[in-house]
This record gives sequence, structure tokens and C-alpha cells, in this order.
Amino acid sequence: MQFVNEFRDASLIKGVLEKIYRTATRRWVIMEICGGQTHALLKYGLDELLSDHIELVHGPGCPVCVTSLELVDKAVAIASQPDVIFCSYGDMLRVPGSERDLFSVRAAGGQVRVVYSPLDAVRIAKENPDKQVVFFAIGFETTAPVNAMSVIQAKAQRIKNYSVLVSQVCVPPAMHAILGTPSCRVQGFLAAGHVCTVMGYWEYLPIAEKYHVPIVVTGFEPLDLVQGIFMCVQQLENGSAVVENAYTRAVTLKGNEAAQAIINRVYEPCDRNWRGIGTIPMSGWQLSPEWAEFDAEKRFQIHHIQTQESPLCIAGLILQGLKKPFECPAFGTTCTPQNPLGATMVSSEGACAAYYQYGRTL
Amino acid sequence: MNLPTMEGPVCPLPLTHRNQIVLGHGSGGRMTKELIEKVFMTYLSSSPLMENNDFASLKLPEAAVMRGKLIVSTDAHIVKPLFFAGGDIGRLAICGTVNDVSMSGATPLYLTASFILEEGLSVETLDRVLQSMKEAAHEAGVQIVAGDTKVVEQGKADGIFISTTGVGWSPPEYSIAGSEAKPGDIVLISGSIGEHGIAVLEARGELGFETRIQSDVAPLNHLIQSVLKAAPHTHVLRDPTRGGLATTLNEIAHQSGVCIELEEEAIPVQPAVLAACEMLGFDPLYIANEGKVVVVVPPEEAEAALMAMRNSKYGTLASRIGIVREAPKKRVLLRTSIGSTRVLDMLASELLPRIC
Repeated sequence: MQFVNEFRDASLIKGVLEKIYRTATRRWVIMEICGGQTHALLKYGLDELLSDHIELVHGPGCPVCVTSLELVDKAVAIASQPDVIFCSYGDMLRVPGSERDLFSVRAAGGQVRVVYSPLDAVRIAKENPDKQVVFFAIGFETTAPVNAMSVIQAKAQRIKNYSVLVSQVCVPPAMHAILGTPSCRVQGFLAAGHVCTVMGYWEYLPIAEKYHVPIVVTGFEPLDLVQGIFMCVQQLENGSAVVENAYTRAVTLKGNEAAQAIINRVYEPCDRNWRGIGTIPMSGWQLSPEWAEFDAEKRFQIHHIQTQESPLCIAGLILQGLKKPFECPAFGTTCTPQNPLGATMVSSEGACAAYYQYGRTL
Repeated sequence: MNLPTMEGPVCPLPLTHRNQIVLGHGSGGRMTKELIEKVFMTYLSSSPLMENNDFASLKLPEAAVMRGKLIVSTDAHIVKPLFFAGGDIGRLAICGTVNDVSMSGATPLYLTASFILEEGLSVETLDRVLQSMKEAAHEAGVQIVAGDTKVVEQGKADGIFISTTGVGWSPPEYSIAGSEAKPGDIVLISGSIGEHGIAVLEARGELGFETRIQSDVAPLNHLIQSVLKAAPHTHVLRDPTRGGLATTLNEIAHQSGVCIELEEEAIPVQPAVLAACEMLGFDPLYIANEGKVVVVVPPEEAEAALMAMRNSKYGTLASRIGIVREAPKKRVLLRTSIGSTRVLDMLASELLPRIC
């Protein structure tokens, strides 16, 4: 495959790895923000090849993992109602709520459908005018434009039976939260390439300056990852702390301004509760008042949600980079992808699932 | 006085329902008989079937009378949609069971087929499925010798479910089983992986993009017989169906208590399958195949087995993909192109496309 194989070229990757080995004078702690990066690092075994020189810490960038338990419970409650078709990205179906997940709603006769795009959910709404169609609009800045676009399309087509249950989160406030923690050990960051494709990287300039931490915008192929790590190591060795872009084929300083305009048209910033981490101020988006008619939380008045997390799960510590999955007593024993206690064991982007799948310590 | 004109006795005849399956077709009465005679027997007409008994009385091959083993396998087939690029439920129902019997090294001889039909199914659809079964059985050289049909109410089945049972004969000298892999053995695959799973997903029209990927569904018995002729000491034969190659190799590693080490670069995958998987966030190693076999052979017979596959219709892309090692036991390891090693686990549950 063109434009993919080049970035999996073994000799090029080995060349950059050698440069990292030669440059690093101590074992630096680097956090990759995005769960997609965690997955790729483990899939290609890069963590193993780097372990003498770099400690990789996995960040909170898994949209499924950080969606609050309260919203998962609300999704389950809405999806269980008759005359509702609940549409979701596939990963969300197995995320455990307090009592049930969306898979068990489906097994009990609820209409839960996996869609590849929220625009499919708009189409389903159009085809089923006698049903309420709800889309679970989760994700980081990456999914925000298309999730917002679905609402714009529904309005343009006068589709009244469509609504979205919004759980949009943003990376920069989470980085502030991680760096502001006294126990933070992270010395450098790989910023999430796809988030920056949408948003650009101007938002990260003040973070690098305030916390004196190097940030390198990094892609997802193995060559991208080692290049991002190498640039980060170079900065750490030189004592510099600026934002650099190692993903120039996709990311610019300003990002995709058309996509940002769509986000700003539909959403406004709000506080968000991150599962396992807690409430981070101004860390997400909600529908702005002009679009409130499409808000599933307003359309379906779901109250009395009593959330109950598994007492064993340490997903919060893992998402903040304070613990590794294998340090959890439940990892691989009572908590597995078939029977997950927390969301980090569910998603293909979750750190626990990546460790389990690629068997780091089994 | 005008008398009403009588047109003869006006007792309306029941409709014959020649074009659509109705519940009456499963009644066991006249309608069932008619469906069997008019539709099923057009395609399935082996002499044991035509005897119209509740059983089939079968002859064993002469060589089997005194020696060898009888091999039996059964499999229920459900697939949505019924037709997909490269195949359909009929071909799948024949090949699936023919292949399962063949994985013992046996020559598959006879099949039985049970049909569960959903009320409302068009007879034209049933015709197409039966025609496909006839062709696949002919290609595999097996006879369909017994059958049964039931009809369920609309909504209780997805068009057609087909359950097939296969009987085959294996000569006594083979000891082929999932538990027979030995350290030092070579692992071969008969061709490129992941095509069936992607073709079915595409046929569901849910992908949002089009591919030209065809299902690989095929009977492998002839290929396997040529492998065994070339490599009579073959240790394991297994078809990587649901769960894909990674899951099948894990089963073998567990049953044999060995480690299987794969070379990532040696595993054949069509570029179109790779591209579809990239977009969906799937790994081809976990995607279903219906016309591939994993062969584990002693090193001295590996080359002969590989050549035998490559000379067969369904094995032209056969490749050597790995080796069996002593330890770590019950593990499948994948050596990546950049020289790292990772563990390949079994498929946990349903494959789900990723978010972004």
C-alpha cells in the first residue's frame, strides 16, 4: 500500500532506532497521548526495542475509555427504551456501564446499531421517521467535526427524530491536568497526530512554555513513532522545550480550519467528567444553545443515574500514566477483553487491551 | 324468471405457493412432498436420497472395509447476506463440512443436509442456493445422501439456515490432529488470508466503500489429498475459519503444548484485504477464511507439501509462514518486519471497527 508501506520500512525504522540509542544518555519518560499510538507501539514491538532508553507512558487519548460512566449509563437507559434506535461506534458497545453494556441491551431486544459514521445514523433517522434515532457522539477533536456535521445535516434535512448524546473531549486541558499533578513524571509528549490534523498545534505552544516540556506532533505508523520519539529525545538532551511537528504530511500549525469552523458552529466548551480521572474544567464540548433541540440528554430526561465503578479497576491511574496495566491485580485475571472491568480493557485504543492483546507480560 | 348461472361447484382451490415458502411447506404433508420433489430433487438426486427412506444406506469404499477410520463432522451454516462475492450459503454449507472432514486427512464421501427455511423465502432464492450446493458437491466429489426441511415463521430465521454433516474415510496410517505439532515442524498456509470475512462484510453494504474482494470459499479435499501424497507424515491440518489464522494457530499451540513462531512478512495477504483492514482497524490475522488450510509438517516434508499445494487449484499462493518451537509453550509469537516479537492472542469476541 502506497503511503503506508514506506512508513513501515524496517531499514528506515532501524536507522532511527539507532539514532535514539546513540542520542539518549538516560532513560527519558515520554507519554504518547493517543491510544492509537499506544496500540501501534505495542503492535510493532517498539516498546520492547526502546525499553533500555525510553520509558513509554500511555496517555488518556482513548475516547471510549474516558467517556464518563454516567454517560454510558445514560446511553444504556436511552437505548433500552422502546421506539429508540441507538447508534454508536462499535467500540462503545462493550464498555461496561454500572450494570450493563450496550451489547446486553441489544441481546435483550433493544435496537442498538453499529455505524461507521454518524451520517449513517442521520440516514437511519430519515428512513425510520416513527423511531427516535440517537447517536452516541463520543470522541476527541478527531470525531468532533463529523459528529457536529451530523447535527447540521439533520437540521438542513428537517429530520426531527435525530439527536446526539454528546461526550466530546479535548486533549490540551487533559495535558494541563496531567502536567499539573505533583506526581507527574512525564518529561516529554508525543501529541496525537490525528487530533492535530483537525486542530493544528498552536494550542500546544503555551503548554510547552508553561511546563517547560517538549511536545512533538507524531503520527501512527512505526516510522512516524520512532521519528517523534527521536525528536523528543533530542530536545530533552538539549534542554529545549518547544513544539515540533514530526507529522508534516498531515498536520499544519493552524490545522483544518473548515473543520474547526464546523465544531465552533455547533459546539461550545464545557467542563467534562473523564472516566477514571475526574472533572477537568473546560475539557470538552457540548451543543451550543442554538442546537439544543438535538441534545439527547434534553430530549430523554434520564435522571437518578447511580454510577457504580468496579472497585478493582485502576483505569484512572493508567490513563494518567501513573500505573502500567500489568501493575493492576485484576489485569488478565478477573479483567480481560471478554469480561472487562474498565473501559481501558475494551477499546482497541485502550492501554490495558493493547497490553493484553500483545501479551507484554503474560 | 332468471335463475342464477351456475359455473360449477365453487370451492376455491388453495393456492399452490410455487414462488414463496409458506409454513405449509414444513408440514410434512403434501406441500412438503411437492417442495422436495419439485425443488430439492432437481438439484439433490443421489441414489440414496431417491430411495425416499428416513435413512441412507451407504457402501464403504473397498479399501475401508477392513481398515481405517470413519470420520464424521457436522456444522450449521448461517450467513447474512445469503449471497456474497465469491460464494453463497449453499457453497459454504458444502465446503465447510467437506473441509472439516478433510482436516483429518480423510476423503469426504457423503453429506447430509438439514434446511431451516423462513416463511416468505422465495423459491427462486432456494433454487440458486441448491444449484450452488450441487456444483460445490460435484466439485468436491461428495454425494448428498440424506436431508430434511423445516419451515419457521417469518422473523424466526434469516432466510435459510443449512446444517450439514459429512462422513469420510481415513486410512489408518495417518495420525493427524491438533495435538500432533512437534518442535521443529514447519507451518504452511495454502494461500492469502482474510478474504471471506471482508467479502461478507462488504456484501452487507455497511462498509461505506467498495472492494473487489471475493470470498475464498472452496472445497479443499483435493488439495489436502495431494499434500498427503507428498507429505504423508503431516502432523496437523486445520482450516482457519472464524477467528482467523491467529485463533487457529493458538488452538494448535494449546493442544500440542508448543510455541508457534510466525514471520509476519511471510504471511500472504492481498493488498485489497490489507487496505480494507487498515480502514476498519481490523487485523487480517483475525479475519475468517473458508478456503484455506494450515499445514504443520516435519521439516523434511515441508518443501514437498508446499509444492503440492502450489500445484493445486486453491493453493497457488501457498507459503511457509513459521516454525514450531519447544517454548514458550501454548504461545503464538509473531516476528515483525522490524525485528521485534509480539504475542498473537486468540480473538477475544466479536470484531468491532475502531472509532478513529
